[in-house]
Amino acid sequence: MANLKDIRRRIKSVNNTAQITKAMQMVAAAKMKKAQNQAIAGREYADRMNLVLTNLKANMEGLAHPYLEVRDEGKHLVLVISTDKGLCGGINTNLLKKVHKEITDEADYSTVGKKLRDQIQKAGKDLLEHYSLEDPISFADVKPIAKHLTDQYLSGTYNKVSVCFTNYISTMVQEPHVSQLLPIDPSKLAEKKDYEGVGKGKVGETNTAEALEKEYTFEPNANEVLNALLPQYVGFQVYQMIVEARASEHSARMIAMNAATDNANKLAKELKLEYNKLRQAAITAELLEITTAMKALE
Amino acid sequence: MIRLDIVTPEKKVFSDDVANVYLPTAMGEIGVLQSHTALVTPLVPGELRYDKDGKTYELAVGSGFVEAGPDSISVLTDMALTAHEIDETLAEKEQREAEEAIDKLDNNEDAEEIAQLRATISRSVAQLSLKRR
Repeated sequence: MANLKDIRRRIKSVNNTAQITKAMQMVAAAKMKKAQNQAIAGREYADRMNLVLTNLKANMEGLAHPYLEVRDEGKHLVLVISTDKGLCGGINTNLLKKVHKEITDEADYSTVGKKLRDQIQKAGKDLLEHYSLEDPISFADVKPIAKHLTDQYLSGTYNKVSVCFTNYISTMVQEPHVSQLLPIDPSKLAEKKDYEGVGKGKVGETNTAEALEKEYTFEPNANEVLNALLPQYVGFQVYQMIVEARASEHSARMIAMNAATDNANKLAKELKLEYNKLRQAAITAELLEITTAMKALE
Repeated sequence: MIRLDIVTPEKKVFSDDVANVYLPTAMGEIGVLQSHTALVTPLVPGELRYDKDGKTYELAVGSGFVEAGPDSISVLTDMALTAHEIDETLAEKEQREAEEAIDKLDNNEDAEEIAQLRATISRSVAQLSLKRR
């Protein structure tokens, strides 16, 4: 049977754990708010760009750009966006499962976030590049990543670039997501993506009516505008996916730490009960001894 | 008056009614006034100016594109900074690094790379010229 001293020590350590997880929960909550706002802030840019792209698409007979070319030869390049730190629930495991399920062909990997980089290396896959990003993420930080992906694609080694990330839906819900970045499917270009802006707006919708209302003049011509626009489009997609993943990470961590604090408090309560029972039993036993001794003396 | 919106992926930098806007585009600087024809054109790194209440304001902008309509104009760019937001040492450093990188590259083979570095340089130059005015 556990003695009083052991239980007292355990209560103390459980309470300490609860304090730490509580602090981590609060830090994650503050970061989550910022990351969520950042994810929402991209919506305006996405909407305006989609509007112009829709119009551009309607005005051009057959789009032509290296980013739109579907090639047969080449491998698959996958960017996996995970987290640098752990203690954020199951988002990395869920993402890894999704990667294994969806990426079935021969693929090379680049990663953001240490957690899945280690997993992918362990699985014996080829790792091309690794990036670590600090909070808060700026568009300038993401540019080298977008450049790396487009360069690899244009070099001809790869004929397809996909991005795996955790899509932020709400504080409670985050979904692993695989999205094809290159080649761009012209039919999907300018369509509202489910990761553009936090959970609002209809996915797969193009605002065609509003876009076509305006009769734009493209200067110098539609083709040049498309050439200038597509790299920015790709860069923005990568940025938005990373921002979504970050919002997911902090939300998941907050929830995980909240659960950990609750569990620690529950455990502390149970231990306290056991401790009091034992203390009570010890007092009773002592009283009994004294009374018996007194009776014996009479 | 014309509505000017400057939007980056990170945030909406500016949104207000202004008298006119001057933009650095691929074909040189253009001025946009009210009732401008609907126009879409690429934006190049440089200096964006607009007049409001008789005063001229300046911003250093990066690459992107401009969508102008009769009563509104939106500028989508990867960078939009006012003079006091510009970090002079950072811009200088970026310029120096890009120039050094260009020197190492082969003119014929790495055309794409060089074009990108040149874009970085012009971005830095745009910032510096505004800051040092």
